[in-house]
Amino acid sequence: MRLSRDKNSFKISVGPVHPALKEPIQLNCLIAGEKIKSVDFELSQAHRGIEWIATRRNPIQILYLAERICGICNICHTISFCTAVEKIAGIEVPARAQYVRTMGAELERIHSHLLWAGVAAHELGFDSAMHYTWKAREKVLDVIELLSGNRITKGIPTIGGVRRDFEEKNHAKIIEAVEYYRSVFGKLKAIFLDDPVIKSRTKDIGVLTKKDALTLCAVGPTARASGIARDVRQDEPYAAYPDFGLKAITPDQLTGEIKGDVFDRIVVRLLEVAQSADILEFCVKNMPGGKIVYEEKPIKLLAQLKGVHGEATGRLEAPRGEVFHYVKLVGEESPYSWKVKPPTYSNLLPWIPMLEGEQVADIPIIAASIDPCMSCCNRAVVAENNENVLNHDMLHRLSVEKTENIRGQLA
Amino acid sequence: MALIPLIAAAAIVFGLVLKGIDRIVAARMQARIGPPVTQPFTDIKKLLMKENIVPRNSVPLIFNLMPVIALASALLVILYLPIAGFPPLLEGSGDLVLVLYILIFPSLAMVIGGFASGSPYATVGAQREMVTMMSYEFPLAITAVTTAWLVSSAGHAASFSLYTIATANVWALVGPIGLVGLLLLFIALLFVMPGELAKIPFDSAEAETEIAGGLLVEYSGTNLALFYLTDAVKTVAMASIITAIFLPFSIGPLFGFAGNESIAAEIVFYILKVIAVVFVGTTFARVAIARFRITQIVKVYLGHTTAIALLGLALVTADVLLGGV
Repeated sequence: MRLSRDKNSFKISVGPVHPALKEPIQLNCLIAGEKIKSVDFELSQAHRGIEWIATRRNPIQILYLAERICGICNICHTISFCTAVEKIAGIEVPARAQYVRTMGAELERIHSHLLWAGVAAHELGFDSAMHYTWKAREKVLDVIELLSGNRITKGIPTIGGVRRDFEEKNHAKIIEAVEYYRSVFGKLKAIFLDDPVIKSRTKDIGVLTKKDALTLCAVGPTARASGIARDVRQDEPYAAYPDFGLKAITPDQLTGEIKGDVFDRIVVRLLEVAQSADILEFCVKNMPGGKIVYEEKPIKLLAQLKGVHGEATGRLEAPRGEVFHYVKLVGEESPYSWKVKPPTYSNLLPWIPMLEGEQVADIPIIAASIDPCMSCCNRAVVAENNENVLNHDMLHRLSVEKTENIRGQLA
Repeated sequence: MALIPLIAAAAIVFGLVLKGIDRIVAARMQARIGPPVTQPFTDIKKLLMKENIVPRNSVPLIFNLMPVIALASALLVILYLPIAGFPPLLEGSGDLVLVLYILIFPSLAMVIGGFASGSPYATVGAQREMVTMMSYEFPLAITAVTTAWLVSSAGHAASFSLYTIATANVWALVGPIGLVGLLLLFIALLFVMPGELAKIPFDSAEAETEIAGGLLVEYSGTNLALFYLTDAVKTVAMASIITAIFLPFSIGPLFGFAGNESIAAEIVFYILKVIAVVFVGTTFARVAIARFRITQIVKVYLGHTTAIALLGLALVTADVLLGGV
């Protein structure tokens, strides 16, 4: 979509560097007065070439790269990558490791959603709520630090299991955190769902209809807030989720209606914090014994991985939505290919129907409402006036050529 | 007249201290430690050392002139205000109406400066600031005129003089209905205060997360320092107007102070009153409420606040006409 320009409107750029954005992206808005007429955005402001680096590393080294794709939802990328490699090599993950992975992912969901709630409050100019939420978030960070040694990056999953066990002696602390979040849930609900100003700034703002969410392939809380009960943990349960029997959260479970506005996205995320607390409690109570990793010696594991051929995908539900990893191993030390599709990538296009027709004042909260994570979805850099860039026509031509080619081979 | 620089300096220092107190109190209310009280002084010191950047597509003359006009007019307001119950320095050469006019100047200077800076963010901010100004002026004017009329109907000459209003003590001039009316006017004025000072929830003209500082986005260095000082002085001015009209009480007679003792006691009491007004009018509001959209600001000021002020006006009028029932 291109921006048109006329006398009654002018262009305002939000980003790449802007106080409302925590990461670089450029939103080009054409506004008339306070009203947004049209929106376009430019991605790829923070390309790091992680996938390229990975094709020059072995799978164990890639674990650490994968963990650094996203600063917030790091464990999802590692588990996703591990799942793909395990599928190729036919490795079975021990049950206890599955539980540890699940707990890691749910601890991360709590911390990610609370971080988001704080940012959202800040975007609304409500710093008191931000400080309160972030204070509540410290509890889960303490637990993560106790379990993994770090507050954010955990370094827990490895191919075929986990590197470190969540030992029984630490379970009391996890239960303590679960109880704590149950006790603050009421207060968080009062701050975010009952405050009249927050209500007036989020209700019927940034509406994403169910139809738009489906056509634009929204994922995660953004899709669920629009009434699509889609959750990888429910639809294709992995790790310990089959035991738990999770149901996707939609806003009508609390409010009785689905509007698909910013308010509904807050509702979904708050309910998911409570759900994560339930899952954590379930995992602690039902944690099986046994070993935590398929192969303890990385050298031996690498030698085995060097001998396998094949391609596989790993997908799971990150705090922001579905994470999708594709890995292809060709019997070499490094993977032939590794492709990462983070949730934000799917949630960017829904920005356009959300933002159009709204006020300039709503740009920050609507932009934040999908919980964007820009650096995760920077897979390529496009230089301007580059003749190597494939446009729609060229891609279509290549596609037709390839189909013809395959047809020729089949005939 | 030798007092003018002294009063100006005192107003600036007091304004910065108020900002420091505001920041630390807000931090404690948000479960933070917060900066030291001297932080605003450090900020000013730093800003004065920084480069003063003038954007290429700005109008440099207007862009550089507006911060000076803003600070000068804010200081001018102070000279018309009865501080701590003493007659203002420029008593007799202007009254409440003039004060209200001059009070618009700093905001207007920011709007002009914003338009002159040639940034789309500043343009949006300037438009919002003008709308905010037009919205809060009406309840502000109602409050001012009502109190002046009340004082005049009580038989005081020069009823539009703030000093007369302060010495007359509006609360003593009305009966029970009037007290309720005055209370409503007081509340309306407290509502106007954060808008006048562009503080959350009425800070959409500067909204940091939306338009990156709005009006002030292109200002830096000395120019920004001047606007920062303007804000500090405006805080003192606005709080002093509220104190003069609605909190004109003095402490001297209560404890039987006399002479210099009485002057010192009055000044301390005045400082405490201003701190209390700033706490209720800005600190508490900005900690407790999220930022309004510009449409909501108009609704709050021209709807709710005006309704409160008009009701106050009606009650005070009824009280005076019925002879203080």
